[in-house]
Amino acid sequence: MALRRRRRPRPVLSAPVPGGGLPPPSELELGRRAWRRRRARRSTLVALASTLVFAVVAYVAVTSSPGWPRVQATFFSPSAALESLPDIARGLVVNLQVLVVGGLLVLVAGLGTAALRTLRGPAWAPLRILATVYVDLFRGVPLIIVLYLVGFGFPALGLQGVPTSPFVLGTAAIVLVYSAYVAEVFRAGIESVHPSQRAAARSLGLTHRQTMRIVVLPQALRTVTPALLNDFVALQKDVGLISVLGAIDAVRSAQIQVGQTFNFTPYVVAGLLFVLLAVPSARLADAVTARARRRQQSGSLL
Amino acid sequence: MSVLELRGIVKAFGANVVLRGVDLAVDEHRVVALIGGSGSGKSTLLRCASLLETVDDGQVLLDGEDVTDPRADADRVRRRMGVVFQAYNLFPHLSVLDNVTLAPTVVHGRSRSEAAEEARALLDRIGLGDKAAEYPDRLSGGQQQRVAIVRALAVRPRVLLLDEVTSALDPELVGEVLALVREVAAQGMTIVMATHEMGFARQVADTVAFLDGGVLLESGPPAQVLGEPQHPRTRQFLRRVIDAGRL
Ligand SMILES: Nc1ncnc2c1ncn2[C@@H]1O[C@H](COP(=O)(O)OP(=O)(O)O)[C@@H](O)[C@H]1O
Ligand SMILES: [Mg+2]
Repeated sequence: MALRRRRRPRPVLSAPVPGGGLPPPSELELGRRAWRRRRARRSTLVALASTLVFAVVAYVAVTSSPGWPRVQATFFSPSAALESLPDIARGLVVNLQVLVVGGLLVLVAGLGTAALRTLRGPAWAPLRILATVYVDLFRGVPLIIVLYLVGFGFPALGLQGVPTSPFVLGTAAIVLVYSAYVAEVFRAGIESVHPSQRAAARSLGLTHRQTMRIVVLPQALRTVTPALLNDFVALQKDVGLISVLGAIDAVRSAQIQVGQTFNFTPYVVAGLLFVLLAVPSARLADAVTARARRRQQSGSLL
Repeated sequence: MSVLELRGIVKAFGANVVLRGVDLAVDEHRVVALIGGSGSGKSTLLRCASLLETVDDGQVLLDGEDVTDPRADADRVRRRMGVVFQAYNLFPHLSVLDNVTLAPTVVHGRSRSEAAEEARALLDRIGLGDKAAEYPDRLSGGQQQRVAIVRALAVRPRVLLLDEVTSALDPELVGEVLALVREVAAQGMTIVMATHEMGFARQVADTVAFLDGGVLLESGPPAQVLGEPQHPRTRQFLRRVIDAGRL
């Protein structure tokens, strides 16, 4: 294979500019900076004004609609919200437990599956095919169906030792589905590592496994971190689906309260709690993605 | 006995037959320069020799042992050779020092401290001791390639395979890399190098071998192959190189 040069060598940036710091800016540059400042100020003002107008219009449209008083009473009742909050928060702890346990299991299972799919040679064919079938299957089936099949199917077998707790079965179903997604993310990351890296590692006498562990995976992990974080954000809300198996989580707690009071505010409360949970991860995912892009760009430009 | 001997190497990629039976013997402490046009199969030959490609026919003998025998443990064989690539291929997520100590520790089981000490000594010798903790992308191309050479030497290989190690470099960085290769050769390392640097080949190589159309058309002392080439294809190739200002 022809080994192409991947990028031009980056100049070493440490040498200071002769004669010390930057020369003072010219009239021209000062003018340009002032213009940019003015333009930035104007865009901020425009953005503020349009946001405000939009918010007012939306508020007026909703609150002046004929059904609003009833909607407000059934969905946005402060007293119902306060009353339901403790139970829902307790339920959310269950969701968080599924999230942590499930998230870790997904990482391990996804990585394992991806590694199996990269194996070469006829001896590994059965495992490789199994991993491929598993990924295709569980990426295709809706999570809710897997939840039903695992959550109700396994206990129905009546086998000794099969857990019946909706917490365990729900986590298992989520891990089954998400591991398939994450396996694909990892595989894409592994394949994104340039083959010349593998050649260099093998030429030093590293075995396939050592090459994977020390050279390929650490680099793959870096490229896929943004995608993994996005999947984590999705997982954060999907853990609410274990409620269909009867686990008393945030969603189920809200449902119970709704059943008792016929007021839907608890759903809104539960929804808001999930959003609060997701926002930090979403911001983190954005930040990591932006950093990865910057690194890539600076690498290709120089 | 030759350190490295290639016998009748054949290699094809699909219908593209790149090597059609290449014979080459490299004796201990000798430097062989492999020349030939772009796409003539120099890299492929070196990759076959280092078992990074599986040959379609022929044998690679390392110290007389047939390492193309499927029963040979290819990982163990590769430990006895060093390869340096055109694009350096340093590991970007490891520091310069870790790049150099990786194989000695992981593959050869040397202790970290011993390997690090030896690596530092090597880096010091090439004037990059102060870069040991840096990551490769903070280094210039010439510095990266010199680290790559040190990385290959750190496993104390029987033979060093160099694949156009200066072709990806800016012209002003070529000299420092060639100087290192010259020094390594002077210390007695057995070397096979694919190169476009004819002047360097003339000075450093004991044998120059011209690869064309999948066979070694002509090989011998540099003065003969580069000075009085016998084969019209060799003359044609060298004329093109001279026209490009590389001789
Ligand atoms: N991995 C590969 N797959 C298919 N064709 C390849 C591969 N590697 C090299 N080749 C082909 O083999 C021929 C020789 O390539 P190479 O050995 O890189 O030549 P050189 O190093 O002398 O420039 C070229 O035609 C190239 O396209
Ligand atoms: Mg080449």
